[in-house]
Amino acid sequence: MPSITGVSAVDELPGPEGRGPALKDHAAGTGRLGDRLFGGAARGAGVLVISLVTLIAVFLLSQALPALVKNKANFLTSSEWTVGGDSPRFGIANLAWVTISSSVIAMAIAVPVGVCVALFITQYSPAWLSRPAAALIDLLAAVPSIIYGIWGAFVFGPHITGFQNLLNTYLGWLPFFGNDTDGVDSSGTIFFIGIVLSIMVLPIVTALSREVFAQTPITHREGALALGATKWEMIRTAVLPFGKPGVISASMLGLGRALGETVAVLIIVSSLPGGSEWSWSLFNGGETFASKIANNAAEFDSAQKTGAFVAAGLVLFVLTFIVNAIARVVIERRKAFSE
Amino acid sequence: MTVAVTSDSTLGAGRPGEPAFGFGHRSRGRALRNQLARVVMWAAFLLALLPLAWILWTVVSRGGELVLHSTWWTNSQRGITSRLTGGGAVHAIQGTLIQGLVTAVIAAPIGVMTAIYLVEFGRGRLAKAVSFMVDILTGIPSIVAALFIYAVWVTTLGFQRVAFAVSLALVLLMIPVVVRSTEEMLKLVPNELREGAFALGVPKWKTIVRVVLPTAFSGIITGILLGLARIMGETAPLLILGPYTPNIATNLFGGFMATLPTMINTNRVESLQPALDRTWASALTLILLILLLNLAGRGFARFGRLKT
Repeated sequence: MPSITGVSAVDELPGPEGRGPALKDHAAGTGRLGDRLFGGAARGAGVLVISLVTLIAVFLLSQALPALVKNKANFLTSSEWTVGGDSPRFGIANLAWVTISSSVIAMAIAVPVGVCVALFITQYSPAWLSRPAAALIDLLAAVPSIIYGIWGAFVFGPHITGFQNLLNTYLGWLPFFGNDTDGVDSSGTIFFIGIVLSIMVLPIVTALSREVFAQTPITHREGALALGATKWEMIRTAVLPFGKPGVISASMLGLGRALGETVAVLIIVSSLPGGSEWSWSLFNGGETFASKIANNAAEFDSAQKTGAFVAAGLVLFVLTFIVNAIARVVIERRKAFSE
Repeated sequence: MTVAVTSDSTLGAGRPGEPAFGFGHRSRGRALRNQLARVVMWAAFLLALLPLAWILWTVVSRGGELVLHSTWWTNSQRGITSRLTGGGAVHAIQGTLIQGLVTAVIAAPIGVMTAIYLVEFGRGRLAKAVSFMVDILTGIPSIVAALFIYAVWVTTLGFQRVAFAVSLALVLLMIPVVVRSTEEMLKLVPNELREGAFALGVPKWKTIVRVVLPTAFSGIITGILLGLARIMGETAPLLILGPYTPNIATNLFGGFMATLPTMINTNRVESLQPALDRTWASALTLILLILLLNLAGRGFARFGRLKT
């Protein structure tokens, strides 16, 4: 079964006589025309993939630079956003805050729950339930984000305001749960989108964690049990340490998804009027990189305006690139150790 | 995946007087924590199912009625204002299918060839780089892919925002899904099949085309269907590149083309009930479409599972 996480369970399986397909005799290519053409086409497709990613970076950079040069405000620390006219002033401070804080809330919920669900599927569920349970959780990943958006805005949202009020009443002395706008009674908040994002990210965290937990060597588990560990102690001392790199990787992949989510954020979070005061409150609206771009697609009429939004997109691209690269490196290193 | 040894026996590790092994006596605290962990795991699973059930119930109960009308599957929204009830979604369904098909036609060959390169040819640094870039492509937010296509298609080449541009953005999102699943399937093809073909003097390319690909065929189809299921629900590229129209449109290179996600997005901002009903009905239609693709994909996977 192909995994959405892109990590292959087969990578761990030895091929015939312990050799994977990738190690087979290279001399099978005969140098005939057919081989050269076919091999060339396959290599061409691979090179195309590399060049696509490179092109994305190049194009975004080339379109963002002119706008960034003209920008009169500090791009990283300003929270203004005036992109038209002769002296555009725009910065990403507010976008970065909303993007990162909502993603952090999402991860704070999705990682513990996702890991528990993965443990449930691999360790606790009755044998008949584990496959359907995994399929059901995967189904969460198949629901399109626009449907999370309308469900969050119309159905789930009204139920969250009570909880927000509760947090505000008892933890309001914390700047995060403070109430310096009238946001608590609205569900268009950073806090709420964090919760919705956590649901969207959960299947990603679960899928990869599940794969690594299932690969815990049976000797580790039986060893722990033979020493008298309870099931939970066995999980804590054998399964979790073994799966830790997988969980980190899974969280990174999930984080990448949360950072880049567009439509659900666009629908749920109410954008702030221009020139609003900076606020640390999570009960505030705002825009993420992605929702800012999508919200203003109609404004892409001049190269300068487009460039400003492309610059925001570039930052998002770099963020997700880093996060995904970390995920990849962590899981690669684990592979190197477990072989 | 089944645990061979169950640990639920109430036998303690050490009786009093015996040397305690790694985990010491089985005190009540330990037993309690063990039970607590079990409860927490079950609770986490049920908690995760809650939103799924809630979403499905919402969409079915609010959109079901309209979807059951025959006009939903035969009419477009032409001439239907937000005051009027009814109308159909055929324009949007058609648009989603057309764009998905065009995307698949472009992305599937590239994805499959890349996977063939990675499994059958790839070695050394280029293969590592390709594999890494596939991972990066997996993680690219759809809005960034859309912005890239906008930068190329509209800003640089000066074309209009048309359905084909949407498909190009979706291609970027579909390629990595196809590559990863095809790669997986190709790795499952037993090496003996390849070696048998080589021993008979069959050239490598013919071995791949006539032996390896047919063996992995159903798995590759599964990957393509799952890839389609992923991209058909994407909305961000549509917001930037594919404006909505209430009319039936089939031209990939001119004019607007409706899709289910943009139909949802257009109707959700209306305040009148008929439009809101259409929001949920088109959401239900989209979920049904994606569910169907997922089921078809899984069916293919089961139907053609390799017997090794």
